[in-house]
Amino acid sequence: MEAIVLQILNGLDKGSAYALIALGLTLIFGTLGVVNFAHGALFMIGAFCAVTLSRILTLSHTIIDDTQKDFLGNPLKVEVPYVHDLFGQTTGDAIIDWAVPLSILFAMPIMILIGIVMERGLIRHFYNRPHADQILVTFGLAIVLQEIIKYYFGANPIPTPAPAAFKGSFDFGAMLGFEPNRIIYPYWRIIYFSFAALVVGGVFAFLQFTTFGMVVRAGMADRETVQLLGIDIDRRFTLMFGLAAAVAGLAGVMYTPINAPNYHMGMDFLVLSFVVVVVGGMGSLPGAVLAGFLLGILESFASMREVLNILPGINQIIIYLVAIVILLTRPRGLMGRKGVMED
Amino acid sequence: MLGLKKSDSRLLLLVAGITLLAPFILNPFPEGSELAQFNAGYPDLMQRFVIFGIFAIGFNILFGLTGYLSFGHAAFLGVGSYAAIWMMKLLTMNIIPAIILSVIVAGLFSLLVGWISLRRSGIYFSILTLAFAQMSYSLAYSVLTPITGGETGLQPKGSDPRILDAALVNGTTPKANLFGLQMGSSFDLTLGSWVFTFNTGFYIAAVIMLISFYLAIRIFRSPFGMMLRAVKSNQNRMNYTGLNSKPYTLAAFVISGMYAGLAGGLMVAMDTQAGPERMFWTASGEVVLMTILGGAGTLIGPVLGAGVIKYMENILSKINSDILHGWFAFLPDGLENLIVNVLYPFIGKGWHLTLGILFMLVVIYLPGGLVEGAQRINRLFKSKSQNDSKAKPEPAE
Repeated sequence: MEAIVLQILNGLDKGSAYALIALGLTLIFGTLGVVNFAHGALFMIGAFCAVTLSRILTLSHTIIDDTQKDFLGNPLKVEVPYVHDLFGQTTGDAIIDWAVPLSILFAMPIMILIGIVMERGLIRHFYNRPHADQILVTFGLAIVLQEIIKYYFGANPIPTPAPAAFKGSFDFGAMLGFEPNRIIYPYWRIIYFSFAALVVGGVFAFLQFTTFGMVVRAGMADRETVQLLGIDIDRRFTLMFGLAAAVAGLAGVMYTPINAPNYHMGMDFLVLSFVVVVVGGMGSLPGAVLAGFLLGILESFASMREVLNILPGINQIIIYLVAIVILLTRPRGLMGRKGVMED
Repeated sequence: MLGLKKSDSRLLLLVAGITLLAPFILNPFPEGSELAQFNAGYPDLMQRFVIFGIFAIGFNILFGLTGYLSFGHAAFLGVGSYAAIWMMKLLTMNIIPAIILSVIVAGLFSLLVGWISLRRSGIYFSILTLAFAQMSYSLAYSVLTPITGGETGLQPKGSDPRILDAALVNGTTPKANLFGLQMGSSFDLTLGSWVFTFNTGFYIAAVIMLISFYLAIRIFRSPFGMMLRAVKSNQNRMNYTGLNSKPYTLAAFVISGMYAGLAGGLMVAMDTQAGPERMFWTASGEVVLMTILGGAGTLIGPVLGAGVIKYMENILSKINSDILHGWFAFLPDGLENLIVNVLYPFIGKGWHLTLGILFMLVVIYLPGGLVEGAQRINRLFKSKSQNDSKAKPEPAE
């Protein structure tokens, strides 16, 4: 029982990342009908937004501190971040410490802007081209974005820690009435999961309860009719692309403390996210989220020692195996709509 | 010639000429000169040109003709490599059994993968092939370590059984050969300050590539090739005429898988090692890049694309900022630094960026790849020289 709870918890954080990326992919596919291979790159750019912000916050200048002496008795040169000058020592330190959560505010406009520029500048010209061309051009774009990031940030992972308040682990077992210290779970992963749930909920609420969302849903169902009603659906779809980019970017921002970002993290996640989208059903938003969490949890169950003893190596291939089985038995995916890319 | 139309045999002869004279063509700059770093005529790179040429030719038979975009072709290359290396470990260092087995094993594996994946088309097919390739990669890395050597890969060792070869003298490393002719052996021809290297392995691979190229032409021009094109242009219409397209697409898939296996076997023949990284999905992506860049669906395109990408990978990536400063030294300092700073992200370690941009430009503006670009330029010159105002007939849809 404990092991099962633990594995479910372990699967949740990876599942959250899958779900968020798959949600963005599905938003783009459902609205614009484009298969976006550059979506992983957006996830990665989000993560590097967090890196950039924490670098900006720690920008510092040197002052000579007369109160401290080095071993020769000379006054010590001290690096002082500019935020100390602006907000004072304690607040400044707190701001630096909270760089990752603050990056959400920083990354949001950037990601929306990147998404809109991408759609207006490139993807728009590919609506009437075959899916293969869309895959190829976004694949090329992913390579370009990845290389730009590599050029500026280098090839090595850049550790970006979570705020000190969230370091350490939470004894989840004790809360559920198990023995203490058997089921422990890092705080940041709880945050990540809650954040993912919040974003997913926000996106769904936005689509379900706002006029804008209603129009977008109408456009997803029948683009032509909506256009005939005199609604500029293209502009709304562009904004949805921006939103999808922001979702991927935020998933990236919050993932930085779990895994130090490097330039190819996007591609690593992208391949799996595509599998997730296909399993969930192309074009189905709930399907994408459900499949994301399911596959994340499944992957974590497959890496249990008891399972590995029976089926060695299953943890590496379980997701692909599930995808193959689903695609062959239920081509529409778990919750795919009828008639959407069903060939 | 050989059952080919005149234009095709001219193309084949052209390719044969270029390939066989490659040591001359790729080494246009004298040794020791400033430009010698652009010489690509060293054996290792020339071998890679033709081997990836074979890989891309095979991929093109699937993607270029049927339009099925496989994102997992590197798996067949990897499987072929492993088959070849095991043949070298168990039977003989002669490359012939190794290559034959690699083609057979890759063919069988692609039959299995194709049989399952071809039940779907479009993006689903791409994802399925990708899933299979990633699975093979992960398994080769972890569980199948006894067969694949895991992370370190496989190399022939002195202690391997090698039934057909005589036992090796202790301490000598086994070398791949063709009836005693070693792959690594080469002959240097020095003409003035030029040095041309003729490498056995390259010529063996080149001859095999020419044979595969010839076969590809025959497939392209055959009724079978016509069927594959029909699948690409309108599969529904084909089904309505009462034809089952599956055997054709599956045959194309297996053929291209066998080409990939052949390329894998040849790779092992040249460098006698095999590792799982050859199956990683970026390797599959690379052959997609090659084929599209050169021109999918054209005969010469994939070879061209393979050449361009491998040239960039090996030559462009070697240029560093010092070399750039050397080139622009004649300019005033400020301008020199500016140009070097602008160019630097695109060369050296950043060659992938150039590749990505080039690839995007090709997909956006030249869907037919570099071949289409060449055709357009050709047409431009022709229409200028003839100066005819005849309206070009639009091709019928």
